[in-house]
Amino acid sequence: MSLDDVKTSGFKYVGTSPDRPDGVDKVTGRAKFGADAYAAGMLHGAIVRSPHAHARIISIDTTKAAAAEGVKAIVTRADFHTDLSGENWNIMENVMAGDTALYDGHAVAAIAATSVLAARDAAKLVEVTYEILPHVTDVDEAMAQGAPIIRAGAADNSVPDGLHPNVVRYHESGHGDVDAGFAEADLVIEDHFRTEATHQGYIEPHACLGTLGGDGKGEMWCTTQGHWNVQKICSALLGMETSQLRVTASEIGGGFGGKTTVFIEPVALALSRIANRPVKIVMSRSEVFRASGPTSSTSMDVKIGMKKDGTITAAKGVFRLQGGAFPSAPMEFTAMCAFAPYNLSNVKQIGYDVMANRPKQAAYRAPGSPMAAFAVESVIDELCKELGLDPIDTRLKNASHEGTKASYGPTFQRIGLVETLEAAKAHPHYSAPLKPGQGRGISCGFWFNFGGETSVSLALSMDGSAQIVVGTPDIGGSRASMALMAAEELGIPYENIRCTIADTASLGYNEVSHGSRVTYASGLATIKAARDAVKKLCGRAAAKWGIDPEAVDWVDGCAVPSGPNAGDFDPMPIAEICKRMGSTGGPIVGHFEASPEGAGVSFATHIVDAEVDPETGKTSIVRYTVVQDAGKAIHPAYVEGQYQGGAAQGIGWALNEEYIYGKDGRLQNDVFLDYRIPVASDLPMIDTVIVEVPNPGHPYGVRGVGETSIVPPMAAIANAVSQAAGVRMTELPMSPPRVLKAMDDAKGG
Amino acid sequence: MHYHTPASFDEAAALAASATGITRFLAGGTDVLVQLRADIVTPDTLIDIKHIAGVHDIIQMPNGGWQIGIAVTGAEMTEHPALAAAWPGVVEAMDLVGSTQIQGRATLTGNLCNGSPAADSVPAMVAADASVSVCGPKGAHKVAVLDIPTAPGRTSLAKGEMVTAINLPAREPGGGDAYLRFIPRTEMDIAVVGCGVNLRVDGGKITHARVSLGAVAPTVLLVGEAADAIIGSTLDDAALDRLAAAASAACNPIDDKRGTIEFRIHVAGVLARRTAKIAYDRAIAAGE
Ligand SMILES: Cc1cc2nc3c(=O)[nH]c(=O)nc-3n(C[C@H](O)[C@H](O)[C@H](O)COP(=O)(O)OP(=O)(O)OC[C@H]3O[C@@H](n4cnc5c(N)ncnc54)[C@H](O)[C@@H]3O)c2cc1C
Repeated sequence: MSLDDVKTSGFKYVGTSPDRPDGVDKVTGRAKFGADAYAAGMLHGAIVRSPHAHARIISIDTTKAAAAEGVKAIVTRADFHTDLSGENWNIMENVMAGDTALYDGHAVAAIAATSVLAARDAAKLVEVTYEILPHVTDVDEAMAQGAPIIRAGAADNSVPDGLHPNVVRYHESGHGDVDAGFAEADLVIEDHFRTEATHQGYIEPHACLGTLGGDGKGEMWCTTQGHWNVQKICSALLGMETSQLRVTASEIGGGFGGKTTVFIEPVALALSRIANRPVKIVMSRSEVFRASGPTSSTSMDVKIGMKKDGTITAAKGVFRLQGGAFPSAPMEFTAMCAFAPYNLSNVKQIGYDVMANRPKQAAYRAPGSPMAAFAVESVIDELCKELGLDPIDTRLKNASHEGTKASYGPTFQRIGLVETLEAAKAHPHYSAPLKPGQGRGISCGFWFNFGGETSVSLALSMDGSAQIVVGTPDIGGSRASMALMAAEELGIPYENIRCTIADTASLGYNEVSHGSRVTYASGLATIKAARDAVKKLCGRAAAKWGIDPEAVDWVDGCAVPSGPNAGDFDPMPIAEICKRMGSTGGPIVGHFEASPEGAGVSFATHIVDAEVDPETGKTSIVRYTVVQDAGKAIHPAYVEGQYQGGAAQGIGWALNEEYIYGKDGRLQNDVFLDYRIPVASDLPMIDTVIVEVPNPGHPYGVRGVGETSIVPPMAAIANAVSQAAGVRMTELPMSPPRVLKAMDDAKGG
Repeated sequence: MHYHTPASFDEAAALAASATGITRFLAGGTDVLVQLRADIVTPDTLIDIKHIAGVHDIIQMPNGGWQIGIAVTGAEMTEHPALAAAWPGVVEAMDLVGSTQIQGRATLTGNLCNGSPAADSVPAMVAADASVSVCGPKGAHKVAVLDIPTAPGRTSLAKGEMVTAINLPAREPGGGDAYLRFIPRTEMDIAVVGCGVNLRVDGGKITHARVSLGAVAPTVLLVGEAADAIIGSTLDDAALDRLAAAASAACNPIDDKRGTIEFRIHVAGVLARRTAKIAYDRAIAAGE
């Protein structure tokens, strides 16, 4: 598709912000989330988890548990499929430990009983004998000589010789000659950065209801970002044919990437297979923290060379990511995103995927990119300070644009980084005076965005209203966006369209709602499905008028002759065509299936003002502005929500959120009391600016917006805090004790 | 688990005295029920004290002192203008506990008897020289709030003993109190350090003072040296420096996920200064 094919103006519905179709259900409690499913004869599952960070499982004695009141089924690893390899094996091992418990909270057995309490009580009666093994949870320690080996032979052939067996994947990319580039620089700054693992903190814990009968047919209801993926993995782990398992996605109370895999779903099915009754499992918050998928923790070195005029001459980054006890840390994304905002002649990035005794990391909004931005944008900020340069002008001078060879390889098409920087510079926030004790930080951020398998069907009803069936769980108001795009194409009001998320038996395969892909890919498919339906509608009118279908146009919800030569007929409204569809050729359904590959990359620039209490090191975020390229904002209010949400989560990640492991390798803060996400009063009003530089790969120019918004916050906040505190902060979170200590150390105190 | 709703203190104390296993009194339940659900403490006997006559009342005694019922919630204290005027520090400290929802349930007594070193209302009560009325096998008697906590999660109350009321002294002229806590966020967090100050001024000079610290030792601290540091002063900078130093010196904190030892020691001094200034301003205003 070229930019000429992109509709960028003349919209009637797109660009408005009507209420979401699921809004009333959600505020009245009628919406059904993962834990809201019930079935006759339903049992409740409870999972027995390892209290040890690393331990060989010598034996599991279930005798007492089996005898407890109400217990109907017990499963261990032996109750799952054996012939697994690759990622299916990893997921299996994570869902239920095999020979070894690999982290605190690792599932080792599960119970199904007639009540939640009976299941929980019985779980306490399962006697597991462990042989405790040495453990490691820190990324640098896990790579060091002599570190306990999580699993020998887990490394793939990308890993250079001589590295510790916990280093399981290696990435290197870039172009030019960085050493020559550093030699050209007037100033080179190199620094070391660390970030702790954080959790997506979705408000709804994982929950599911699974049924697997003696006939081998299964049903699964669960909270997920992608139910075809649940179908694929669960059927593999249970050794059944994919199509025999039908998965329905519930309403979802947040996912942010953390609900793109499975944890409890295969367990519920395995228990159900034994008990021959439906089994429901709902995780507690503590289980969510200990045994779902937080982010990677990182250790990073970034070196950048700059000329006095602000030109970056070379950039190099080394990114070490710990992703739990499995090969999974998104270190190549970290490496590839790190320098993407900049047009560089000499750039090199290296990534290490390191295993440690922690839960298997999962995606969290732009997985891997925020950490890179923290390191890179901090060094750029320091260079600007040392050289007396304006941080936005310097970024503008080096900004990637159309035609830039990206640091990760490809050449950028039309992109909007420069536009976000210019909008940030023009924003009143950037020139507003700061009070004493405050600092202002700037950061850019990048994310690829994604397409993936997509299937949409759009059926017209006899009254001329439309129902869209999509397969991407709605994690950010996408049903509203789909309805707006269909309304635009069909020329009928938004309210006349209902968008439903189909189950896996009702539509072709759909990739997970991730990669900021839904408004892009399902949106593209919705537009194409609507155009398919419009073509059929025009065909019915043509037949009635006795003219060529090509001679019929679709205008404002009516078929009209395309010009005077086509004939003189009154416009035929959609309702009239649909009323007669049974006798004019049957139901009218448009559909579209593809793996769209034109996802547009997206950039953002954030401005943050932070105030640091010099006596306690406590940071307050006093003003925040997000500027981001949406390509086209289909539903501007929900685009704004994505921008604000990314900034809010970023503030938590920057200031207080962290996984805290004790010396015993156990997670110490597995509740929201001690895992400190921001509360409402911690956040300022987050201002937003929607920049629209159309993506040539979407009919309306849409780029994804869900992920880029979490890339700049940590860096922008670190730059603001470093200025306010008078000392460079290189480690996250910037919690009060850490900031106070840094200020004291800087004073030489 | 056995659940009881006694109608009198004697009945409640007798139930506790004869119970076996783990016994908990159920006031607001914001500690008890959370601990139950999190599998931390599963009581064998739960004695709901909210049906006892008078436990929801805030009463001003003839001598000007206050008696706060054991089921009075934080929200009810905040909504009591005379109590809030007399003991703003105690009321604010209780008001810091939890959220609007928690405020509708949580009690001063529960906050004290849960035995957390970080309980917010406790340093404020200690600074106020509050006491509790206790009933039980040894009969009715009064115990200073300072003497209730003995270790994290433990109190000096013996089996079969229970608190029947919280007593605050009369507010003397020229007096004021305040409580501040340090948390990394703005609310819904647990004190990393808490500080209560109660003092009296005469002609701008501090004549009496009590300074109490929370979350910096296994139990709440009453820091005499910190009070001595400001008694006789007009809370000038030198006095504030002495106060901060004495507060920091009294700390015996732990390093944990909520804060380091050095951080807690330092912030105790910072908070002592800030809290004393508020209490002093209130005392001056009250004396005018
Ligand atoms: C979300 C949330 C936020 C919170 N935030 C804070 C906070 O900011 N600061 C803070 O300090 N606390 C906080 N808490 C803890 C809790 O709310 C307080 O400690 C509260 O004051 C407890 O009062 P309660 O009435 O609910 O006690 P309960 O849970 O009913 O009882 C607590 C303990 O007191 C004992 N007890 C109760 N009454 C008596 C009696 N008459 N005699 C003897 N023993 C008795 C019980 O046996 C039990 O051990 C929070 C709790 C939650 C859930």
